[in-house]
Amino acid sequence: MAVKSNLTNMVLVLSLTCLVCSGLLGGAYALTKEPIEKAQAEKTKSAISQVLPHFETLEYEDDHHYYTAFDGDRVVGYAIESSAVGFGGNISLMVGITPDGVVYNTSVLSHSETPGLGAKCTTDTKFMDQWRGFDPSVKQLSVKKDGGDVDAITASTITSRAYTQAVANALLLFDELGLDEINDEKEEEDHE
Amino acid sequence: MSKIKLITDGLVKNNPTFVLLLGMCPTLATTTSAINGLSMGLATLFVLVLSNMAISAISPIVPDKVHIPVYIVVIATFVTLLQFLMQAYTPAMYETLGLFIPLIVVNCIVLGRAEAFANKHGVLESACDGIGVGLGFTCSLTVLGLVREILGSGSAFGYNFIGGHDGMLAFVMAPGAFLCLGYLMVLFNKFLKKN
Repeated sequence: MAVKSNLTNMVLVLSLTCLVCSGLLGGAYALTKEPIEKAQAEKTKSAISQVLPHFETLEYEDDHHYYTAFDGDRVVGYAIESSAVGFGGNISLMVGITPDGVVYNTSVLSHSETPGLGAKCTTDTKFMDQWRGFDPSVKQLSVKKDGGDVDAITASTITSRAYTQAVANALLLFDELGLDEINDEKEEEDHE
Repeated sequence: MSKIKLITDGLVKNNPTFVLLLGMCPTLATTTSAINGLSMGLATLFVLVLSNMAISAISPIVPDKVHIPVYIVVIATFVTLLQFLMQAYTPAMYETLGLFIPLIVVNCIVLGRAEAFANKHGVLESACDGIGVGLGFTCSLTVLGLVREILGSGSAFGYNFIGGHDGMLAFVMAPGAFLCLGYLMVLFNKFLKKN
């Protein structure tokens, strides 16, 4: 580093470095764009197939961020992206709901809960399994501490509350959009 | 100076975590498990070797007054490159480390080696230095992660050996990180002094 600085060589070297670096990054971006998109799409798809019964095709609804899953013509369920604020940030879930308004299953898309405590919402089978077939018309959708029917993760009530809230948000959207009547309407049309 | 000595120096005498005490932020934050520590170490190793080589190659033509901005641009380029590659080919790993990958840019180990070594030595020697220091960082992070995982979650490299019970959770969180780091540092330096 024996070069003495003057305006010309400083401007020249800095611009040249930036030019080469941005060229390199542009190339790398173009090369990895497709694999990155593929990896993300695969992740969403695997989350959806975890939370819904077997389906053939998917349709994405942009406005409300949910997927409709079809098996042939029949709607088998909806996968709704939903989130709530947990202990360490947003907990984002994929909630699968069958047309009769029952939760089929849930899966965590992303979270930033404390490792060993709230982060158990992705590994605690007792907590996760209770969402399978959770019927909001029979069970109260809040944690036991708040008088509901949801078993909280030990020592992680805030995380469990947020998880419950996210499921509740998904069910609320489901009700608001009147998704529960979709197959009934179809049947009526068929009768006509 | 021989190439082998450069590498072993980075591992022991210039160990970035236990001797130089550099890069403490990723050290404390990512070592919640052995695997996390190992992957963070390898990510830093990748950036360190490439940036050391690039910087030693361009340093003869870089004017003194702008050398820091130039080095940072070079380092940031390699970090972003790494980020793209991880997102594309190891998405699960990217998810755990995601937040800390961009922070490698400001990791003082990388800039420190560029300043203290790479701009005064040749490309090959700088690569060896990068490998040595990077491996030192990787080993330290893996050991720290392993100790914290064993104490905190009762598992090692993801293999649970206490059968579903909770470990001492404090060790997974920040206070345990400081405690473990402190005791490991004491042990490491005691061992170093004896030899």
